[in-house]
Amino acid sequence: MDELDYALRFRMMQNIAEETITHRHSGRDAAVPVRQYGSFLPGGGTGGAGEHWQGMAFRFLESEFTLASHLKERFGAARLPDGLTVQDWGVTYRDLEPLYWRVELMMGISGKAGNLRGERVAGGNVFESPREHEYPLPPLKRTFAAIRFHEAAEKLGYHPFPFPAANLSEAYTNPDGVTRAGCAYCGFCERFGCMVGAKAQPTNTLLPVLSKRKNFELRTGCWVRRIVHKDGRATGLEYVDASGEEVFQPADAVVLAAFTISNVKLLALSKIGEQYDAATGKGTLGKNLTHQVAAAAMRVFFDRPLNSFMGAGALGTMVADFDGDHGFRGDEGIVRGGTFTMASPGGRPIAAFGSMPAGTAQSDWGTEWKAASLAWADRAALIGFNGEHLAYRQNYMDLDPRYKDKMGDPLIRFTLDWTEHEHRQRAFAASVQTRLARAMDVRFDAPRPGPTKYNVVNYQSTHIQGGAVMGASPETSVVDTHLRHWQVRNLWVVGASAYPQNASGNPTLTALALTYRAADDLIAASSKGGKA
Amino acid sequence: MRRREFISLPAQALGGAFLYAVAGERLKLTAQDGAVEVPLRFFTEAEAKVVAAACARIFPTDASGPGATEAGAVIYIDRQLAGPYGRDKFRYTQGPFEASVPEHGYQGKESPRELYRAGVAMLAGFAELEPAQQDEKLRTIEKSVFFRLLRTHTIEGMFCDPMHGGNAGLVGWQMIGFPGPRMSYREEVDQHHGEAFRLKPTSLTQVVGRPVRGWEEEG
Repeated sequence: MDELDYALRFRMMQNIAEETITHRHSGRDAAVPVRQYGSFLPGGGTGGAGEHWQGMAFRFLESEFTLASHLKERFGAARLPDGLTVQDWGVTYRDLEPLYWRVELMMGISGKAGNLRGERVAGGNVFESPREHEYPLPPLKRTFAAIRFHEAAEKLGYHPFPFPAANLSEAYTNPDGVTRAGCAYCGFCERFGCMVGAKAQPTNTLLPVLSKRKNFELRTGCWVRRIVHKDGRATGLEYVDASGEEVFQPADAVVLAAFTISNVKLLALSKIGEQYDAATGKGTLGKNLTHQVAAAAMRVFFDRPLNSFMGAGALGTMVADFDGDHGFRGDEGIVRGGTFTMASPGGRPIAAFGSMPAGTAQSDWGTEWKAASLAWADRAALIGFNGEHLAYRQNYMDLDPRYKDKMGDPLIRFTLDWTEHEHRQRAFAASVQTRLARAMDVRFDAPRPGPTKYNVVNYQSTHIQGGAVMGASPETSVVDTHLRHWQVRNLWVVGASAYPQNASGNPTLTALALTYRAADDLIAASSKGGKA
Repeated sequence: MRRREFISLPAQALGGAFLYAVAGERLKLTAQDGAVEVPLRFFTEAEAKVVAAACARIFPTDASGPGATEAGAVIYIDRQLAGPYGRDKFRYTQGPFEASVPEHGYQGKESPRELYRAGVAMLAGFAELEPAQQDEKLRTIEKSVFFRLLRTHTIEGMFCDPMHGGNAGLVGWQMIGFPGPRMSYREEVDQHHGEAFRLKPTSLTQVVGRPVRGWEEEG
C-alpha cells in the first residue's frame, strides 16, 4: 500500500531495464525503445498482470466475436474504415457463455445482470448479450461520484449500471472451495496486490488449488527463451533459471501463457509460424495488434469533496448505450463505439495532486499553483471512455532489428498509430462526455479532440491484444478456436494475444473463458492418445 | 568512500527526529538551535542546499500551508538518487540513444543522478538568491528534463509515505486530507457523501506496527 514503490516505480511490473518493446508510428519511421513505463504495464512475478489489475470483469458483446461479418452486414464494405483487418474469432458468444459463467463463479464476480436469457433487467447492463445466470454476488457499494454520474445518466435517458467486479462485495467461497474476504474499499487495487484477498488474483484464487496437486511445481524467477520444436511438435522449453543456469525442460505439451507481447515474442524467437508482412498481407504472426481507445477521459470537478481515497479497482458506474454499434445516428463516421464510466478506484496523493480546471493557474509550480491545487484537492474525477480499437493492416508486431533484451534476444517492435476512425471515436466520445458532465452539473475541461499520435508516455490501459490471433483457418490466424497452434499441435497459446481485435470491455474475463476452452481441449487431447 | 555530508534542517519543522530514527539513520542533533543534521547519501552539502532551495520555490511554504522544506523533500530526493532508481535500474538503458518524437518520452542516456548533477551545477549560487530571483531563474529552465524531474520529485517528496524520507511528520497528507494507507473503509465508503471525511493521517509503518522499508533501501 505504498504509492511510490508500487504505483510510480512499478514494483509489481516486469523490470523494463531487462526487457521492453520498441515503437514506431509507421513502417517508414525508425523505432525507438519504450525506455520507461507509460501507456501499459505488463506484470512481473507469479500471477503477472492478473495480480495488479483493477478487477473489471466484463463479458464481450455477441457481435464482437463475428465482427468482420457483422460490420459488413451492418454498414456494407464500402463504408468501413480503410485497411480494416478485423476478423471473426471462429467461436461465438454462445460457445463462450457457459465458460464466462465458469470464470464468474471461480472469481466470484459482483454485479447486476441486465439481460437474463433475453429478459432485460433494470439496473443491470440492458445492452449486454444474454446471460444464463445472475452474477454470483451483488454489486459493490456506491460512492458519491458514482451516484451523481448514475443520476445524470438516467436524466439523459441512458441505462447506467455498476461495473461487474472481481473485487468481492462480500465473503465468497468458489466451486473449488477457495474462500476469500469481501472488499475493504482501501483504494489500493490497480498496480497493487490485494491486501485481504478480495480481488481475484492467480495467487489467491488459483494457486491455493494448484499447490495441493502432487503433480504441480511452480518455478519462479525463470526466463523462457525458446520453445524447442521438431517436425511440428514442441519437445520442450529452454529457459534460464533464477540462479542464471540454462535449463532444457522436456515437455509432452506446452501452454504459452505469458503476456500478449511475450507470447508473440517467444513464437517469433522460436521460429514458429510465419511473420506477418504489412506490405503483402502474408503471414499471420504479429498481425492485428490493438490497444484500447482509452486516452480520452474528461476531467470533471465537483463542488463537494469526494473522499476519493476510498475505493476499489472495479468500483464504478458505466453507461453502455453507445457500446458496440447501438446508439449511433450514423453520421458520426464510426462503426464501433464504446462505454462511458465514472470510477472510484481510490485516489492516491502524489498522482492526484495538481488536478484543477484547465487555466486555473499560470504555472505548474509555485505559490499560485500550490494554492489552486489545494483548493481543488479531492474534487476531481474522470468521465472515462473505453472505445473499441479496431485492427488495421498497418498495426502489427515483429522482432526489432536493433534493440535487445537482457539475454541478447531481439525486442518486440510495435508499429502502431491511431487512425481517422479513432479520432472520430474520440470526437464522438467528447460529445457524450460533455452531455454527461452538463447533466451532472459539474465543471469540466472542454474536450479538445483532434488527431493525436499514439503515445507511449501516458497510461492508457494494459489491454494489448493480438499478434497470435485465433480463427477458423490457418490462412488468417495463428491458433485455432481452441487456442492450439496451427503448425505445432501440442502447443497452446492463451491470453489476449488471441484476440483478432480489441473490444470495449476489459480483456481479462474473455481471456479466462478462452483458457477454459483451451484447457478442455488439452485434457481431451491428452486422454485420447496419452500424449497431447 | 567520500566523507559523509549532512544537511541541516529545522527539527521542529520536520516533525521531530523520531521519523529518521525509525528509518535507522545516524543522526546528529544540535541542541542549541534545534536543527537536525541529516546524513546525505548522494548530494554534497552544497548541492543539497541548492536542491532544497529550488524545491522550496516549486512547493513553497506560504499562506496556504507548509511546503517542501517542512516535508523534507530534499531528503527524499537524495535517497531516491542514491538508490536503484537514481542509478537507472528501472529504465531501459541499452543504446543506441536516438532523439525521437515527444510521444516516445525521455530517450536520453543520462540517469537521474547524472541529470541532477549537471542540473544542480547550472544553479550555482541559487540558494543565496532572493525568492523572486530564484523564481526567475527557475522559469528559464522550467522546460528542461532536469526541472521536470525536480518538479515531479518535489511533489513525490511532499506526498510519499514518510519511510521514503519525504512527507515528514505527514505534513503533506494533513494538508490534502489523505489519511494514509488504511485497512478498511467498508463501513464508510457509502457514507459521508458530499462531506469531507477526514481521519488523522497514519504512515504505513504505523499501520503495520513495524518499520517498513522503501525499495531504495534494497538496492
